[in-house]
Amino acid sequence: MSDAQRPTDDHVPGDDEFEPVQVFPEAEEMDLRPGADNCYKCSTCDTNCPVAEVDEEFPGPKFQGPEQWRLKRQEDHDIDDSVLKCSNCMRCDHACPSEVPLSQMHNTARGEYVERQMNKFSREYVRNRILANYGTFAPLGAMFPRLANFVMGLSITRWLGEKTLGFAGDREFPEFATQTFRSWWAERGGAQVENPDKRIAYFHGCYSNYNTPEVGKALVRVFEHLGYEIMVPKQRCSGTPMYANGMLQDAKRAAEVNVPELAAAIDDGADVIASCTSCSMSLRQEYPELFDIDGVEDVSENTWEALEYLRVHEDLETELEGTSADLGEFAYHAPCHARNQGLDGQAVEVLATIDGVEAHDVGDSCSGISGTYGWKEEHYETSMKIGEEMFEHMEQVDGEAGLTECPTCAMQMEHGTGYEITHPLEVLEAALVGTE
Amino acid sequence: MAIEDDVLVIGGGLAGATAALAAAERDAQVRLISYKQSTLRHASGLIDVLGYPSADLAASGEAARADGGERTDDGSRSTADPRSAGGPLADPFEALSDLPEGHPYERVGADAVREALLFFDSVAGDAYRGGHTDANALVPTHGGTVKPTARYPAAVAPGLASDRRDALLVGFETLPDFDAPLSAGHLEAAGVPFRTRGVTLRFPGIERDDAKVTRYAHLLDRNEAVDSGAGDAPARTALAEAVRPHLDGEGRVGFPPILGDDNHDVVRRDLEERLGVEVFEVPSGPPSLPGMRLEDLLYDAMADAGVRVTTGVPVVDYEADGGDRIDRVLVDRKGRDVPYRADQYVLATGGLVGKGVRSERDRVFEPIFDCHVAHAADRYDWFVDDAFGDHPFARFGLAVDRDLRPLDADDDREFENLRAAGAVLGGYDFAAEKSGSGVSLATGYVAGRRAGEEVSG
Ligand SMILES: Cc1cc2nc3c(=O)[nH]c(=O)nc-3n(C[C@H](O)[C@H](O)[C@H](O)COP(=O)(O)OP(=O)(O)OC[C@H]3O[C@@H](n4cnc5c(N)ncnc54)[C@H](O)[C@@H]3O)c2cc1C
Ligand code: SF4
Ligand code: SF4
Repeated sequence: MSDAQRPTDDHVPGDDEFEPVQVFPEAEEMDLRPGADNCYKCSTCDTNCPVAEVDEEFPGPKFQGPEQWRLKRQEDHDIDDSVLKCSNCMRCDHACPSEVPLSQMHNTARGEYVERQMNKFSREYVRNRILANYGTFAPLGAMFPRLANFVMGLSITRWLGEKTLGFAGDREFPEFATQTFRSWWAERGGAQVENPDKRIAYFHGCYSNYNTPEVGKALVRVFEHLGYEIMVPKQRCSGTPMYANGMLQDAKRAAEVNVPELAAAIDDGADVIASCTSCSMSLRQEYPELFDIDGVEDVSENTWEALEYLRVHEDLETELEGTSADLGEFAYHAPCHARNQGLDGQAVEVLATIDGVEAHDVGDSCSGISGTYGWKEEHYETSMKIGEEMFEHMEQVDGEAGLTECPTCAMQMEHGTGYEITHPLEVLEAALVGTE
Repeated sequence: MAIEDDVLVIGGGLAGATAALAAAERDAQVRLISYKQSTLRHASGLIDVLGYPSADLAASGEAARADGGERTDDGSRSTADPRSAGGPLADPFEALSDLPEGHPYERVGADAVREALLFFDSVAGDAYRGGHTDANALVPTHGGTVKPTARYPAAVAPGLASDRRDALLVGFETLPDFDAPLSAGHLEAAGVPFRTRGVTLRFPGIERDDAKVTRYAHLLDRNEAVDSGAGDAPARTALAEAVRPHLDGEGRVGFPPILGDDNHDVVRRDLEERLGVEVFEVPSGPPSLPGMRLEDLLYDAMADAGVRVTTGVPVVDYEADGGDRIDRVLVDRKGRDVPYRADQYVLATGGLVGKGVRSERDRVFEPIFDCHVAHAADRYDWFVDDAFGDHPFARFGLAVDRDLRPLDADDDREFENLRAAGAVLGGYDFAAEKSGSGVSLATGYVAGRRAGEEVSG
């Protein structure tokens, strides 16, 4: 296509009212045809796909999305198994100029593939189920963190993991914290600020509960410092790793716990705050796209990422004026899912006000790990190839510290560079509250 | 509370990025918000200022078309004599003063167009050529036609049609869009002053016929080991080896525009050294790496200039301050409206393709501020039967005053602190005139500079 043949866009000239066509067998399932029909094959999505860039075998988002949907409408066409190569980074979504809901298509296609075509006894399925349900297995590790960390760290365990289950042998398993966030929260006696006018419900997700409770603690200290009453509702995994593995039923079960709990907190006057950008993405976008649960829209509309919330509800810049923290230079990586929510520049902007801290954006490359993707033996190499650009850019920044909102991006950043990775909330904590 | 800046630019295409950079020069705190990616990714990366006279001038559009031959798939015309009347303009500046009232160039004036190009040159540095002359350069395109353009990527420079050195064009089996022998044939038929041949090869390391252009670029950027047919070799070495036997004394070799992304300069130099001749790229259709490289260049420049960039989310609405000033705009962050406030606003949301102007069955409108878009009441008057005819819809867009402030149906300013730039403007047909990037650049520059001046007092 060229400028002489530009697409005439929306509905100019001459198109006809769209006729709904049954795509899914059951009537209550979603119809993505209008979305598929919006595709004018410009291939912008393909040029944004980090997997297609390094892996010739991957047919790319245009095929995975709209083209596969068209094929599917001709009966008994199977979902192509290449959907398992998509890392769910959602960059294609971010790119499409024509409002094709690519990631929603990928999520549903993957779900259908796993449900109908995947052997439930295969080691791949078992492994994916374990990865997707990390939150269900983590409590075990958290109960005996030292033992778990020791066992997971043994090279024989890694070797077994690779040989029997297909985990990437080169990855270090994330360490379990000696105390979970929730148990710390209970031990301190819950909220220490009461304020009916400023209330938040913290969605900590699995990772800051089991592995990086310091992020959750930083959030609590920052928000309490600013006068917020914090609630920590009962919750399960946000579902992100489950979509990425096509385990939509698992994700739905988790959502059925989260939505009512969070909706109740909203009724009590709270806004929902997440410290992980994939969690906020999931509650905001994927929940209403994929599940029809009472209150799901309410939760979507009232969920915020922590820093985003403070920027809009507080005068954060004035608050930070004159503060300092002796932390030096950070290489900041904006997670793909943060980009999708318009949060890409905010950490660098906000931290610029703090003396003694400098955050440099390392550009718009993808970290490559995409949650559970880089944990799989068969994707490890792809994941590292994608990450290469980010590693190089990180190394160009003075200092050896990284900064990001996403726990798995953090893992990849650390894995590729050996840097220690911090969450922006921890920097905010150091500036506003000080470290103990 | 809202997120506060001095100047807020809406839209991250060529117009928006230029506006943001120009405003930042005036010491304003600038933010750019962009929803999806710009149309630069589809465009060739060439900066066309004016390639053909405005359709209004050239006997209501027919003169240029009648003698210019049919339009080819990259939008340029195949023509025996590229300098024939009405046909490609040798000097776009000569024609600028003749443009009809309301044309974006007429609004900003020829001097501003020059200044904007100089500004672009300062941002692009070595990456772009063409600044040495007012005249249009003639660039061979993948269809074998010659396109008049004002600025072109450095990689395009050795391929210009005015250069008399013989050229070998290299295409690849897996990239059917660029048929090198056919393209070479067309070029010779068009009367270029040199001999040109085309060959089609296998690209070492690529098997599938729908591999993404980014895959080719990545292989060359990283010089990854590929199967060269005689064992593994680094991609650039393997490519040079594949091309070398086909050289027959030509002084330059043209490739489709896939020669790397981040390390594009290194890739091209490496190939030149290995082949011992100059290497160039032949601009082609979307998706287009030269367009992506230009986008990266502009975004890097914005980062250096301290422009705050927010992407992935659309501006959906605004609130006025009671009078005719915009107080804040609302950005939809996945179902939640977040307020952003600035003193001055620039609307650079693109045309029908960029979604800055939208259409429904019975109306054409600008979706954020609902600025007036003139159009015929009957939708059947929006287009003509001939697909390549002079479609009114190609000119749909906002009318502005000479300060680029959008005008309502009565020619009054819509808002005191809003300017518009780029494809969202009406009154021109970029595809027919070959003026797309030039208009975005000139109006983006003027809108950004004026906005920046107003806040810095
Ligand atoms: C297929 C094609 C080929 C072309 N080839 C050439 C060529 O060879 N040479 C040439 O000179 N020109 C060419 N052009 C024209 C040229 O690309 C455009 O005229 C020019 O780049 C337009 O720039 P722009 O910034 O005005 O708009 P766009 O590039 O369309 O950018 C608009 C931006 O605004 C964003 N946006 C839209 N709505 C919102 C919103 N509500 N909130 C936030 N952001 C929003 C969009 O996501 C987009 O990023 C071509 C155009 C097309 C479509
Ligand atoms: S989600 Fe990411 S990996 Fe998957 S198709 Fe889209 S861009 Fe590619
Ligand atoms: S970016 Fe959107 S419109 Fe373009 S090919 Fe991909 S899905 Fe289709």
